[in-house]
Amino acid sequence: MSTATFAQWLVSALIVIGGSFALIGSWGLVRLPSLMERLHGPTKATTLGLGALLVASVAWFHLARGTWTTHELLVSVFLFMTAPISANMIAKVHLHRLRQHEPTAPAGPAGTPAPPPGGVDWATHEVPHRGTPGDFVGD
Amino acid sequence: MTRRLLPHPGLSVLLVVMWMVMVGEVSFGALFLGIVFGIVVPIFTAPWWPGRPRVRFVPALSYAGIVLWDILVANVEVAWIILFKRTRDLRPAWLAIPLELASPEAITVFAGTISLTPGTVSADVSACGRYLLVHALHAPDPAAEVTKVKTRYEARLKEIFSD
Repeated sequence: MSTATFAQWLVSALIVIGGSFALIGSWGLVRLPSLMERLHGPTKATTLGLGALLVASVAWFHLARGTWTTHELLVSVFLFMTAPISANMIAKVHLHRLRQHEPTAPAGPAGTPAPPPGGVDWATHEVPHRGTPGDFVGD
Repeated sequence: MTRRLLPHPGLSVLLVVMWMVMVGEVSFGALFLGIVFGIVVPIFTAPWWPGRPRVRFVPALSYAGIVLWDILVANVEVAWIILFKRTRDLRPAWLAIPLELASPEAITVFAGTISLTPGTVSADVSACGRYLLVHALHAPDPAAEVTKVKTRYEARLKEIFSD
């Protein structure tokens, strides 16, 4: 097998794998029962999907053009930094709406989360205490 | 003098490396501009990182390796659940994970890791800063899930962020 054919096979395989994971992640959004379960699809299955596409891009530029590209590395770094944060913001908004008993935000199969032990509440509902990691005023 | 010019050497190096990666070529001009950013940005952003913790780099690198591998496994596991697990067999649960980590940076990395790895998304931290609220996609045994996350990630992060 010549290098060109090998490159084509490798890049095609990576694109198909990446596309499949992205598709499965999106399908998860449709079929999982409630918002919190649906969050799991886009934070994970699509990460590998995009990761495979980025590796395909690096492999393509290296094997077909003979150059190394580094931009894909940055894309994945920013993806790993932003995916958990957006998921976290959506989860926090959901906790708020659960507490307000909004009819359009029903609790999922996991129910409503119990408050943490020790007579405090989650930071979404209660101002972070002085001297704790969430306390930005006290700095 | 060095302290005032480079208040945050780690951040300076990171900025130079990121700049070189973004430019995508090794040239004197790019390196020069990268070094200028590496010196200027930490000086101007200093007010926003008071009392930053020390980071140990060797454990941090091995931690990054473990997390990357777990992200791979997490993707396959979640894909499997999405495709083949019936909704009535799914056991989603809320977990309150007691935190031993204290610094905001360490807790942020811990929460981010939890969101990227097998079947868990971190949702909130308690007002006292001692519990992390996590949603698990499929946790028939919530206590075991908490132990797994604590031993696999938190123990390592304690080592990385120890003073």
